[in-house]
Amino acid sequence: MSNDSRPPSRFAEVLLRVLCLGAAVLPVLLLLALIVDVAQQASGRLSWEFVTSYPSRHAEKAGILPGIAGSLWLITITAGAALPLGVGAALYLEEYAKRGRLANLIEVNLANLAGVPSIIYGLLGLELFVRFMGMGRSLLAGGLAMALLVLPVVIMSSREALRTVPTQLREAGMALGSTRWQVTRQIVLPMAMPGILTGAILAIARAIGEAAPLILLGALTYVDFLPDGVNSPFTVLPIQIFNWVSRPQPGFVIAAAAGIIVLLVTLLFLSGIAIYLRNRFEQQRG
Amino acid sequence: MATDPPSILRTRSAVSGERIVERVLLACGLLSILTTAAIVAVLFFETFEFFSEVSIFEFFGDTQWTPLFVDKHFGIWPLVSGTLLTSAIAIGVALPFGLLAAVYLAEFARPNVRRVLKPTLELLAGVPTIVYGYFALVALTPVLQKLVPDLAGFNALSPGIAMGIMIIPMISSLSEDAIHAVPQSMREGAYALGAGRIQTIFRVVLPTAMSGIAASVVLAISRAVGETMIVAIAAGQQPRLTADPRVPVETMTAYIVQVGLGDTPTGTIEYRTIFAVGATLFLMTFVINIASQRLSRRYRESYG
Repeated sequence: MSNDSRPPSRFAEVLLRVLCLGAAVLPVLLLLALIVDVAQQASGRLSWEFVTSYPSRHAEKAGILPGIAGSLWLITITAGAALPLGVGAALYLEEYAKRGRLANLIEVNLANLAGVPSIIYGLLGLELFVRFMGMGRSLLAGGLAMALLVLPVVIMSSREALRTVPTQLREAGMALGSTRWQVTRQIVLPMAMPGILTGAILAIARAIGEAAPLILLGALTYVDFLPDGVNSPFTVLPIQIFNWVSRPQPGFVIAAAAGIIVLLVTLLFLSGIAIYLRNRFEQQRG
Repeated sequence: MATDPPSILRTRSAVSGERIVERVLLACGLLSILTTAAIVAVLFFETFEFFSEVSIFEFFGDTQWTPLFVDKHFGIWPLVSGTLLTSAIAIGVALPFGLLAAVYLAEFARPNVRRVLKPTLELLAGVPTIVYGYFALVALTPVLQKLVPDLAGFNALSPGIAMGIMIIPMISSLSEDAIHAVPQSMREGAYALGAGRIQTIFRVVLPTAMSGIAASVVLAISRAVGETMIVAIAAGQQPRLTADPRVPVETMTAYIVQVGLGDTPTGTIEYRTIFAVGATLFLMTFVINIASQRLSRRYRESYG
């Protein structure tokens, strides 16, 4: 530093500070502006009718009901598969596994799986579920592929929740003669539950917004019926929006904006529940 | 009176129950390894079939990608260049914003400001990519067309920028962690030597946090390379070997979507192309992710 002994002026420091603040705030403002713009575009189309009617060739009549129904079906299947499996894997890694090769391998593998692009899970599901297991392009195939996609997220957040449970409580349970599973089921799991649920909701939110793998798994862009079971063809909110935004007619762009608002409100609602759970969790810990 | 079973029986059944539980939980853990194995197997199998019909020299040697036309060419480079171009634009946006935001959060922001600003910034990454796709096509491209002459309706620039905004929080959050982990004593040492705040940040703090920052950037690159919906909506569907951000291009992910939307019968060469492209994409992101993990391990080791 001797070659530049003159300290930079106070002005330069303030400038850097403002620049850094701008870099942090500007993207957020941009996002806000985007959402306001979308809401304005959508304002004429958003109505009870929009969320309760079927898609149409005529932009002004198109509704998003099959997308909402498909998304609900899909996340039910995804959550039903990913939550027990994810929490089970987290329990194994945190409560049972000895520090060794196997636990290490699972851990490294999880980190890599979390970085696999979502479209690759679509290719996996297409070959494994749709073709090999013969599920066809159905809700079941889509929901299961989505479950594999969010599994690393569920496992990682569940592990973090399990780690917050004090070791002394486990030891106290063992000292009273409980087996490991009794300690896990009666002490550890109840205490970690709010944290596990928070992570689960965030994983579900991810699944609701995800479209890429489902395009390969048969989520259709034009569906004028509601799914009647797990083998039914389907569409989901983001795919319906994708279809509308890809059309040249301006009417459909407005429908896409309205669809985006429905999607964002759903996600906001879910995040609200997650934040509520986390706050309650933190209060409990004191 | 004696309603409880004899204690020895209870213990024995409890022990065998324990074993079953442990096996079941182990199976859940192993599922993640099976998933990886299945991904590799599926991609390898279909790619192998693909290369039995298309020579690997054409795949890496041809400069055209037209498997859906009558005159078929199978050169992967136009898709790779489209992917790299949009990703480079995204990093060009996300790196300055993300790094400066990280410096603000770690060095300037008061704790209560940081507590609000950091999660707010992270919201950017939680918005579904379909929304950014809409943003790029409907809002950004028309604005950019006024600023950039000859900008096509579909181009690499606009989805690149939208992707960049989306990955800002990946760089800012992870870099902030790295900057935060630089020991306070190093800053105090710099101040004691007469360094100002700017000198301390740029000559002491950032170089020390460099491997953590680099890990976050590399991870952001991986995310941009694998991003699908934004480029599928706003970049067009024309595989083209170019570095010009104003014209339509097609990324590897967007090509897979394009085929997925059509009615391509299974077992045809068109169907297999998506697996060959998927395998290329998987390998690319895998290498990038490993690099990021190496870097972040190095920064954790240097000051635990």
